[in-house]
Amino acid sequence: MDYLNNLFFGYFPYIAGTVFLFGSLVRFDMSQYTWKTNSSQLLDNSATFRISNNLFHIGMIFLFFGHFFGLLMPHSWYPYLGLTAGSKQIMAMVSGGAFGLLALVGGSYLLYRRLYHPRVRAQSTRMDIFILALLYVQLILGLATIGVSKDHLDGAVMIQLSNWAQAIVTFSPAAAYMADAHWIYKAHVFLGLVVFFVFPFTRLVHIWSAPLAYITRQYQIVRQRQA
Amino acid sequence: MSHFLDRLTFFRHITGEFADGHGRTTREDRAWEKAYRQRWQHDKVVRSTHGVNCTGACSWKIYVKDGLVTWETQQTDYPRTRPDLPNHEPRGCPRGASYSWYIYSAARLKYPMVRGVLLKLWRQARTEHSDPVDAWAAIVGDDHKRRSYQQRRGLGGLVRSSWDEVNEMIAAANVYTARQWGPDRILGFSPIPAMSMVSYAAGSRYLSLIGGVCLSFYDWYCDLPPASPMTWGEQTDVPESADWYNAKFIMMWGSNVPQTRTPDAHFMTEARYNGTQIVTVSPDYAEATKFADLWLSPKQGTDAALGMALGHVILKEFHVDNPTPYFQDYCRRYTDWPMLVELEETGKGLAPGRFLRASDLDDSAGQQHADWKTLAFDELSGNPVCPQGAIGFRWDESGRWNLEEKEASDGHDVRLQLSFIDTHDEAATVSFPYFGGVEHEHFSANTQEAILQRRVPVRRLQLADGRSARVATVFDLMAAHYGVDRGLDDPATAKSYDDDTPYTPAWQESITSVPAEQVIRVARAFADNAAKTGGKSMVILGAGLNHWYHMDMNYRGIINLLMMCGCVGVSGGGWAHYVGQEKLRPQTGWLPVAFALDWARPPRHMNGTSFWYAHSDQWHYEKLDVSEILSPLANPADWGGSLIDYNVRAERMGWLPSAPQLNRNPLTIAREAAAAGKDPKDYVVEQLRTGKLRLACEDPDAPENFPRNLFIWRSNLLGSSGKGHEYLLKHLLGTNDGIQGKELGEPDQKRPEEVEWRGQAPEGKLDLLVTLDFRMSTTCLYSDIVLPTATWYEKNDLNTSDMHPFIHPLSEAVNPAWESRSDWDIFKGIAEKFSSLSAGHLGVEKDIVTVPLLHDTPGELGQPFDVAEWKKGDCEPLPGKTMPNLVVVERDYPNTHARFTSIGPLLEQQGNGGKGISWNTDHEVEYLGRLNGTHVPQGANQGRPRMETAIDAAETILSLAPETNGQVAVKAWQALSKFTGREHAHLAIHKQDEHISFRDIQAQPRKIISSPTWSGIESEKVCYNAGWTNVNELIPWRTLTGRQQFYQDHKWMRAFGEGFVLYRPPVNTKTWHQIHNTRSNGNPEIVLNWITPHQKWGIHSTYSDNLLMLTLSRGGPIVWISETDARKVGIEDNDWIEVFNVNGAVVARAVVSQRVREGMAMMYHAQERIVNTPGSEITGARGGIHNSVTRTVVKPTHMIGGYAQQSYGFNYYGTVGSNRDEFVILRKMQNVDWLEGDDESILQQEYVR
Repeated sequence: MDYLNNLFFGYFPYIAGTVFLFGSLVRFDMSQYTWKTNSSQLLDNSATFRISNNLFHIGMIFLFFGHFFGLLMPHSWYPYLGLTAGSKQIMAMVSGGAFGLLALVGGSYLLYRRLYHPRVRAQSTRMDIFILALLYVQLILGLATIGVSKDHLDGAVMIQLSNWAQAIVTFSPAAAYMADAHWIYKAHVFLGLVVFFVFPFTRLVHIWSAPLAYITRQYQIVRQRQA
Repeated sequence: MSHFLDRLTFFRHITGEFADGHGRTTREDRAWEKAYRQRWQHDKVVRSTHGVNCTGACSWKIYVKDGLVTWETQQTDYPRTRPDLPNHEPRGCPRGASYSWYIYSAARLKYPMVRGVLLKLWRQARTEHSDPVDAWAAIVGDDHKRRSYQQRRGLGGLVRSSWDEVNEMIAAANVYTARQWGPDRILGFSPIPAMSMVSYAAGSRYLSLIGGVCLSFYDWYCDLPPASPMTWGEQTDVPESADWYNAKFIMMWGSNVPQTRTPDAHFMTEARYNGTQIVTVSPDYAEATKFADLWLSPKQGTDAALGMALGHVILKEFHVDNPTPYFQDYCRRYTDWPMLVELEETGKGLAPGRFLRASDLDDSAGQQHADWKTLAFDELSGNPVCPQGAIGFRWDESGRWNLEEKEASDGHDVRLQLSFIDTHDEAATVSFPYFGGVEHEHFSANTQEAILQRRVPVRRLQLADGRSARVATVFDLMAAHYGVDRGLDDPATAKSYDDDTPYTPAWQESITSVPAEQVIRVARAFADNAAKTGGKSMVILGAGLNHWYHMDMNYRGIINLLMMCGCVGVSGGGWAHYVGQEKLRPQTGWLPVAFALDWARPPRHMNGTSFWYAHSDQWHYEKLDVSEILSPLANPADWGGSLIDYNVRAERMGWLPSAPQLNRNPLTIAREAAAAGKDPKDYVVEQLRTGKLRLACEDPDAPENFPRNLFIWRSNLLGSSGKGHEYLLKHLLGTNDGIQGKELGEPDQKRPEEVEWRGQAPEGKLDLLVTLDFRMSTTCLYSDIVLPTATWYEKNDLNTSDMHPFIHPLSEAVNPAWESRSDWDIFKGIAEKFSSLSAGHLGVEKDIVTVPLLHDTPGELGQPFDVAEWKKGDCEPLPGKTMPNLVVVERDYPNTHARFTSIGPLLEQQGNGGKGISWNTDHEVEYLGRLNGTHVPQGANQGRPRMETAIDAAETILSLAPETNGQVAVKAWQALSKFTGREHAHLAIHKQDEHISFRDIQAQPRKIISSPTWSGIESEKVCYNAGWTNVNELIPWRTLTGRQQFYQDHKWMRAFGEGFVLYRPPVNTKTWHQIHNTRSNGNPEIVLNWITPHQKWGIHSTYSDNLLMLTLSRGGPIVWISETDARKVGIEDNDWIEVFNVNGAVVARAVVSQRVREGMAMMYHAQERIVNTPGSEITGARGGIHNSVTRTVVKPTHMIGGYAQQSYGFNYYGTVGSNRDEFVILRKMQNVDWLEGDDESILQQEYVR
């Protein structure tokens, strides 16, 4: 068991992270025309779709940042934000649960549409279907963790998990933090790593190109002629 | 270097700000712009053209990149013209410039496709039968199965198949049909060979080898002007557009030059800059009108009245009152004016009869073929003479078939007398029919006596049979007919232009609405210009006039003006008819390739109109009674029957061709004859006489006489030219239709006499409809098998036009996309499969072919006087004389492919030629053997020159044709000299060593060489103009008199009142009263004349579904109506409207415009019904096309045959499919139903396959 635990939570994070970063880099440099969302909105733009799509994206964006700060914020900062481990866990469960539900509702329709709308289905690659299904399963697992977490509201498991995450990003892997976690946490974390692993091969690359610069840039840009 | 690294230096890119910080300048990477720049880079440029049915024939540059066609632009490297003449280029129009869109568009056909229901049946049958022919027999032998796929035609459900499978199906169907019903039950329709002649030849060669029938198109499209063969014995020959520049007075009459002759229009505008006067004649304010110095706007369909009045003025002022020497001399030498016509008693007065012939004189004036030589009086001797040049001289081997002013027997000089006004024995009162008073609720009549009595100077002549005949010249008769006063104290002639007497300017005003003063002004200007310039007055005319039922009246009215003023055959003058006629320049080189004349002669040809009329059972609905169009001088009792009866009579007498031909399989008949030990010809005559065998035309609804297999290629028959569209759908195809009327058959209605009446007409005559196209056209949607063909940028072919003298290539710039193949390769593939499948079913067979009395053969001297029917016992059935000729042709079915791909031996054995002359062509065949190589393996074609590829076929055409091979041209002119007795080879001798090959024309368009096939010449000194060689080389016109004929003396012509041209109002098609205000949708209805001119945003249906053209137009079907009519029924611009009558319905948007004249609805013809067409409230089915509200009505005078110029020729003479006399009911739509349900139901639709 130790071996597998080490493999999945000690080494695999680095493999997934490397593929995620280098894969994105290579795809961005070598294949600019594939760097896109591959939107199917032209094929079907019904009201249900537009609502679901927004629900899914709003939920996912919140969940992403929630996990990002929740897992990587040093524990020593909690008091400055007026949080204790317990209260932070409850906040994560409530907000994560709420936004997770939004994403689940939206995602359910998106997955249904991707599979059963004839025009969308005809234009979908296998990877398009796979990644949506993967995120959907991941969502369910994430929501399922709430059921486990409510049995221990002291935040200890949460601290343990964020220790694991912080150990990974500080290059001092400690897979042992995961050894005792409930299997649902393990599955959720593992699938999360898989998402990073397949990221460069999917339409998720559009996340890299979120046009944040638009918020602050000037109205008009003149690109100078170059030699 | 790297997109990512460039991003890392993001902030350093910013080099400055402007506009108060609202803008910034950066040094961001601009490499992505290459994508746009590369859009306009290309790997190569290839010369091709658009093989579409327009007369453009423009040379284009096709740009290719990465193996794909990217775009096209106009070529500008035509050979220069001469000083003082503008150059031809640039040629092209926006339609052609949008063509490359098709190649990779959704409309492109990519794979062979088969109707799903049929494919299931076929695959099932193939598992049960190892022989594909038996499999096909099992399907079509079961009526339930046969109907099951016929009824799905046009309703979607085409599925992808493979070439192997479709070739097997088609070949099996052909083998089965030839064996079971006869090879003449396999037909093909493809139009206008000139637009891609090798592609045409591919299908017609295959059909001709197996004994199938090629259907004509020029007459079916109603672009053939029957007036041309009547007057000149010439299908159509016209000046090139460059010759417009030489004209000093141009009338654009019913031809919208800038819109429909776009690449040529510049010559017209340049002529204007050069001082040429332009008059347009058009009921609507057409685009051409803005170029006019004067616009005459006659009511649509009344042009003949205008023509008559112009003729009246010209005759009076320039021939009678103050004769112009040039005009008089021209008409004496080049027209039938001096020829003698015998006056005959009709019971309703003395009327012009037939031309007097040499056989009417003692000893036949010493002439052979004396029935076919006309007479005139000689001014010099005062005696009747037989001048040279009549058609009898053409075939009597005397070498006197020319227009020298000589008497035939001893060659002494004569000067033919135009008029007896000073030498007449008496002034006879002669009766002329008058139709201007015929009532039509939508046209104003000018009521006069139905028979006009006018005085004509005549002479008495003692004839060989003892009778004393009263004879008059054509000129004297015609002047009387036109109502010109001759000083004979005739109260019936016009004393002034203001008299309301036929055919004065004032008279025409009451019919056409054109002010009399304008008519007088134009007539004088036209003739005065011709007198001063030696005939440089020109009329450009076209579809606007020719699509009426009485189109020959419109045309002859105009042609008469040109002949009176000596304009025909003169550069800068003459008759410039441009519709549907793309001149097949290398015709005589093409004929053997196209109709397999190198292997078997004659081919089977059929006149399209009569075929569609009979086999879509439009005759079952015929409402035009013969009595309505008969001359008041004729006795109605002698002219019974329905229109189809006249067609059947014509076929029986050998006037018109038949298809299918006999009511039994011709292969079987040949076997029966052999079994009976009789000559097949005698056997057929005997069987016909006893009634055991009949012509198929007498019973077109009998299953044994159905057309069974039909190939359509290079055509959109059902989406474009199918007059009586809904009838074609119902009876020929057997699928959904929109017919609202009833078949004849009520007890009070007259039924046909000569045709078997079988009650309800059958539905679904065709077993198999195969269409080749590059796009999913309307016709494809109705077909059983759709074959994807190469586009015009993907195949090698040849293209020519009547508008310029160059020969063009179509070139394979890229390989045919997806699984498409060129037409040549497709038919070669079918031929190969056909050969292998015929084993066990068909071997070497004898096939009996019926052939009508053909023009340009001795057969045209068939029936000189009265009309006699062998069937009625009037005469003996003599093949080739009183009935169709019967020819036994040997078919080698298993070697069809071997024959298809090689040049056969008949070219050496029988020579090659056309238009009545032939020459030895051994040298050219031998040359082709060296050029293309010869077949080496043992077999049916061993040692024969190869013709495997489209380029081989093109080289064969170019080598055999006088137009592209100088030495052949010299041979051809020498062959003609044998007939005329004059030397003509000087026209080509300077080009004897010129030989144009396929690679030559790929390098640059090449000007062709003068040849006797055509009546103009190619020269550096004059432009091509029709009739030039007749006038300058004294080659007779191929008519009875050898001259241009004002007068048509055939018995049927006189019976229908058309001996001389006159005005006839449009016929009443009786298609609207029954349904007007009976199917109300709550909106008011209006009855309008249905006018279907040529497009602005398409060439026929091509381009009309092209995204670029749809964007330029309104993106779907439209109908133009006048503001006045729109106001009457509350229609606003862009409203959805419905147009309908008993024939069917069309749905479109209204264009409400000042352009349109009140009383007419104008729908640009052939707008594809597959784009943006909602459902009809009347039929409940989708939209329809412009022909959904038309029905073919045939005209008996076009069926005449065996009579000199009025003899049948393929696309030369025969019935024509007119459609402009039609009226429709128009109203605003209440519910626009797209028949698609809502979004959800579209998704749930179960596509029935």
